[in-house]
Amino acid sequence: MDILPILSTLRRHKITAFLVIIEIALTCAIVCNAVFLINQRLDRMHMTSGVAEHELLEILFADIGPNKNQKARTAEDLAALRQIPGVLQVSSANQVPFGNSSWNGGIKLDRNQRVSTLNATTYTGENVLQTLGTQLVEGRNLQPDDYMDFDDVVRAASVKDAKGIPKVTVITQSLAQRLWPGQQPLGKVIYYADYPMTVVGVVKHLVRPAFTDNATAEFTMVLPMRITQGLYIIRTDPQNRDAVLKAAVAKMKAINPHRVILKQRPWDEVRSNFFQNDRAMAGLLVGVCIALLVVTALGIVGLGSFWVAQRRRQIGVRRALGATRRNILHYFQTENFLLATIGIALGMVLAYGINLMLMLHYELPRLPAIYFPVGALSLWVIGQLAVLGPAMRAAAVPPVVATRSV
Amino acid sequence: MFGYYLELAWRGLRRNSVLTALMVLAIAVGIGASMTTLTVMHLLSGDPLPGRSGSLFYAQVDTDPSPEQRKQPLDKLDYPTAMDILNAHLADRQTVVVDSAVKLRAPDASLPPLMPSMLSTTADFFPMFDVPFQYGGPWRAEDDDKHARVAVISADLNARLFQGANSVGRTLRLRDTDVRIVGVLAPWRPSPQFYTVAGGRFAAGKTADFYSKPQDVFTPFTSGLEINDGNFYQFTCWLPPSTPGHLQNAPCVWLGVWVQLNSPAKVTAFKRFLDGYAAEQHALGRVVRPQNTRLRSLMEWLDFNGVVPSDVRLQTWLAFAFLAICLFNTIGLLLAKFLRRSGEIGVRRALGASRAAIFAQCLVEAGMVGLLGGVGGLLLTLLGLWVVRGQPVAFADLAYLDGRMFLLTFALAIATSLIAGVLPAARASRVAPGLQLKTL
Repeated sequence: MDILPILSTLRRHKITAFLVIIEIALTCAIVCNAVFLINQRLDRMHMTSGVAEHELLEILFADIGPNKNQKARTAEDLAALRQIPGVLQVSSANQVPFGNSSWNGGIKLDRNQRVSTLNATTYTGENVLQTLGTQLVEGRNLQPDDYMDFDDVVRAASVKDAKGIPKVTVITQSLAQRLWPGQQPLGKVIYYADYPMTVVGVVKHLVRPAFTDNATAEFTMVLPMRITQGLYIIRTDPQNRDAVLKAAVAKMKAINPHRVILKQRPWDEVRSNFFQNDRAMAGLLVGVCIALLVVTALGIVGLGSFWVAQRRRQIGVRRALGATRRNILHYFQTENFLLATIGIALGMVLAYGINLMLMLHYELPRLPAIYFPVGALSLWVIGQLAVLGPAMRAAAVPPVVATRSV
Repeated sequence: MFGYYLELAWRGLRRNSVLTALMVLAIAVGIGASMTTLTVMHLLSGDPLPGRSGSLFYAQVDTDPSPEQRKQPLDKLDYPTAMDILNAHLADRQTVVVDSAVKLRAPDASLPPLMPSMLSTTADFFPMFDVPFQYGGPWRAEDDDKHARVAVISADLNARLFQGANSVGRTLRLRDTDVRIVGVLAPWRPSPQFYTVAGGRFAAGKTADFYSKPQDVFTPFTSGLEINDGNFYQFTCWLPPSTPGHLQNAPCVWLGVWVQLNSPAKVTAFKRFLDGYAAEQHALGRVVRPQNTRLRSLMEWLDFNGVVPSDVRLQTWLAFAFLAICLFNTIGLLLAKFLRRSGEIGVRRALGASRAAIFAQCLVEAGMVGLLGGVGGLLLTLLGLWVVRGQPVAFADLAYLDGRMFLLTFALAIATSLIAGVLPAARASRVAPGLQLKTL
């Protein structure tokens, strides 16, 4: 196929050719970045939690009136909840993964350090790891004799009595890797609020309730404290989940009719809520991508039809001079291919620029190189599909047109 | 002449209805997308108190004694500092705010206990922020000093508990304390809920919750601290508090202090007071970074916190890029449309129409496409806002089109189509009369 005659024709239609190129370039740049953003969001939504998904229930409540004997009441609650058929484990804890409200604190590696090494979240509550269903990979779990009452710990902390503060902790692999890269974490000491704590166990994954940077999503430690904060986590078999939740709430109401149940839901809902913005944004971006591609394709169809109509006479002359239908078809296809190629080349540069801007303002990583060939290919395909209709109409122009005046 | 052009435009548009439909659709979709995001942007980035925000300031002193290098003070104040600033009475008005969840029962209403959010503040809060009342009014300044058991409730809560009737004088039970209702607010929905905004710079753009509804219960600061003692949350602490939830003597920041300063001289004087206070506390050893005081105006404070969620900004950029593509698309299609009529234009030129007349006629046609696109765009904007209202975000209930945005929709649509029309119209007006006549 001869490219030179096509180029010389395009030179006579600078504006229209330029419009097609710009449209393809902009679409290419935006779609590349939008698909990249969609993938980022999807990755986030599939983040590992480290807990027994589909098996957990969360009940948040508040007891009305002052409670002198909160501890005994919690014990009564937990014992009652354990008796519900289908319940595997129960814990009165301080927070749930992806629950959005969290305890956080600075960790130091040396008591004399002035500034904390990093900020980690703290899970606490009797049996909290067993209930969440985390996977222990090294060392041991927290044991009953490690545990202290949270109220006693607070009292000890207020008089700086180190004896009344937990001495052991379980941390995640991610946190261990960050604190002591490539080293054995068991037996190492961290300083939390300036109190030393020895790492006795490492769990594979346990995600924080809330985080802004995905890299710190599993900076998690677990402290052995018994706590009554108005949050029960229940682990059950997934089939009876809803029935168990209903039974649990009924039982809690029966024990204390004056309590307010603030939230009762399967943990899957907690997870789904946590990512609802990501899901909405991904959906929106998909919609925008489709709309952009459709608009661009329609633009190509429109201009293609115009060109064909404008050049009807020339096509007739070419056909009369011996050009086959295939020649004419190929002419328009090649023309579109050329325009698309220039547009894509411009679009790649623009895509890279937009990505740089996004990296600056939205802390996004660099656009992976694979997006460029894939983006190019898809725009070529769309261009070819869009021009096919007008090109076939051009090929159908009979040679006899050349002999007519209009 | 204009009427004639309109008629010609209408005929022109009907002649090639597929092409016209494509153009109208492209503009409608582009306008719909950009107006939806622009409306949301407008709602979220606006001034919550127009005309008044310039005289409202958020006071900050860096009371954290830890030796870390920090350029900015913490976003809130600890109790002693907040009280010192408040009790100096140097501003035209001053108030302190803290919110907490409180258990609430209405003895007169047969509803299960609720867990609404309560704002503990001072009497100045209401006149300072121009809070509208439906029944009754704010409590008096003496009530703050007397720890009076009084409350102001929101219109929402009043509707829920008392079916919207005048409930002034009735009693609510907040946790274990009875309070008397002295005022019921008229519906009040500042966007954002500016007076509790803090910590935005740590939110990585996820700031949608700054736009949640105001609290349902307002109590005097002194009374609120007693009623809901043990249930207050710190913004942050440099040491663990000895009694969680009771923060008056805790090494924690948890209070926001707002002042109203009616003249620039007073602003300067108040900033000098803050600096002096920090220096004095530095001498006493309580403040480590005395240079870290700030007195930001309301809008500066919102800017500093980056209250507009980053997702919303991204969506707005995206929508306008989309509109740009639709614009290029329309330019191409209009060009095709006008040049296809070269013969007709040649005849008009040969019969004496000037270039300007052809140009005007083509622009009128483009403008008509814009008007149709604007109507479509308006429908799509309403649809888009309906979708936004269905989203699980705190500002969802705000997403309505106001009069200005309604007009802007059409202005934007017609401007877009006219910009799109300039180039094709210019090309069409350059059609030479002779050349076209020859082929006829």
